[in-house]
Amino acid sequence: MKIAVCVKYVPDASARRTFSADHTVDRAAVDGLLCELDEYAVEEALRIRDDADDGQVVIVTVGPDAARAAILRSLQMGADSGVHVADQAIHGSDAVGTSLILAKVLEQQGADLVICGMASTDGSMGVIPAMLAERLGLPQVTLASEVVVKGSTVRVRRDGDVATEVVEATTPLLLSVTDQCNEPRYPSFKAIMAAKKKPVETLSLSDLGVDAGAVGLDAAWTRVVSAEERPPRSAGTVVVDEDGSGAGTLVDFLVHQKFI
Amino acid sequence: MSEVLVLVDHVGGTVRKTTAELLTFARRLGEPAAVFIGAEVEVARGFLTSYGAEKVYVLADPELSDFLVLPKVEALAHLVEASSPAAVLIASGGEGKEIAARLALKTGSGLITDAVDVQAGEAGLVTTQSVFAGNVAVTAGVTHGVPIVTVKPNSVTPQAVDGAAVEETTSIVLSEAAKTARIVERRPRESTGRPELTEAAIVVAGGRGTGGDFASVEAFADALGAAVGASRAAVDAGWYPHAYQVGQTGKTVSPELYVATGISGAIQHRAGMQTSKTIVAVNKDREAPIFELADFGVVGDLHSILTAATEQVNARKG
Repeated sequence: MKIAVCVKYVPDASARRTFSADHTVDRAAVDGLLCELDEYAVEEALRIRDDADDGQVVIVTVGPDAARAAILRSLQMGADSGVHVADQAIHGSDAVGTSLILAKVLEQQGADLVICGMASTDGSMGVIPAMLAERLGLPQVTLASEVVVKGSTVRVRRDGDVATEVVEATTPLLLSVTDQCNEPRYPSFKAIMAAKKKPVETLSLSDLGVDAGAVGLDAAWTRVVSAEERPPRSAGTVVVDEDGSGAGTLVDFLVHQKFI
Repeated sequence: MSEVLVLVDHVGGTVRKTTAELLTFARRLGEPAAVFIGAEVEVARGFLTSYGAEKVYVLADPELSDFLVLPKVEALAHLVEASSPAAVLIASGGEGKEIAARLALKTGSGLITDAVDVQAGEAGLVTTQSVFAGNVAVTAGVTHGVPIVTVKPNSVTPQAVDGAAVEETTSIVLSEAAKTARIVERRPRESTGRPELTEAAIVVAGGRGTGGDFASVEAFADALGAAVGASRAAVDAGWYPHAYQVGQTGKTVSPELYVATGISGAIQHRAGMQTSKTIVAVNKDREAPIFELADFGVVGDLHSILTAATEQVNARKG
């Protein structure tokens, strides 16, 4: 079974993330890393591969040169190979453009299973999996919190706001997983060393046959007008509950604010 | 005036509050037209009328609910084609964003997710989003096709205004592709008797500091008529179900009042609650970052403070 996992290189969420003058995320100012939510997708792929007789996991990412680090981390976890699409013309692409590029790579790869994380930790739109299913014409089995693969049948548990659904489809299909799905492994020293020898292919848009004019900031179907930092929330009153009066002052605050 | 399509979010015809919010935004942009997918429009009619739906498109074919996401996308794409709306508004949430994503590609339209405000602008609608854990406000518009916008719950106060709610029954023939991801089982979440987390006006949440005992958190929530939430640490420890997790990988909430108890306030948690109107924190650690956001904070033992506060609130209610 061939499994392709789409991952994203994102700015560290614990650092101070900002926008550049063109309203795109400033990816140079902050250290980046493999999106935490994509680790669950990589882990699920490794588990499915290891249960299959003959499996391989290829990692796919789109992003600047530094995004190679997201592939490397996935290879250290145990994936077999990587494909990195890097091209100046990609800068500023929206989800529509990014999904177009990913779909081209996935068409070339011809995987039985495409796995994504539930969302990125920077854009947090969570729409790429659905867009890939649409573009590739694959069954969409997304936001899985539990995955069972039996032969060509994939059955998942999907926890919605008001109900839990069990969804079933047959491969080839597109799967996305939540952080409830598994516990991503931490690479061992041996795995980190082994990852250095694994193949990573770098592709440009022309390698993929994607028109540079179809992606990037100017081709986006949405336009950011402004991005302004909100004034930080100012810390309010803090009282110390030394003599048991804390509850009373809390209730007084809630009454004063008309919550009670 | 052009129609603005609003996908009705409902459970067996009982319409969720977010739909009233979408209808309120829709009225700013054009003529609100609700899209009801399901067999129970009888149950929903009163609600949709009272929040200003001028038209209600009804798609009652049960097959639309047998498969994941794509049937709803095809239904909306059919209506976009037929009525050339000014915009399509859908509630943010896992399914809502997936429907919006595929609808955007199918109709060649720009997509904006997680808007917290939608206004009519001179050059088309203008949305506001709250990004990077609520630290940055982004305004944006759509330059291609019919704007497809998903809107976060609690972004606007619903306005009660009578609509004509003229019903138009329609049907579509599902593609074969739409029948590939079958929903083989659906288990409604057991009711806790409390408001739904993302819709609630007040949320009381517990974290690592509860030590695993949510009784005082739940009692205080009940005194306030609030929903109960939990931090990732509490969920990962197995103390509270994931469905109640607030944060980056759980629910995003934006209530009038958020009470964080025993929660330190890590970035992952803040991403899910930072846009709450008023934030109250109870934590034994004075240095916890949650106090940097809190409008009011109490340093001390959360169990004794919440228990005493619950008694006082209940006493006031008499």
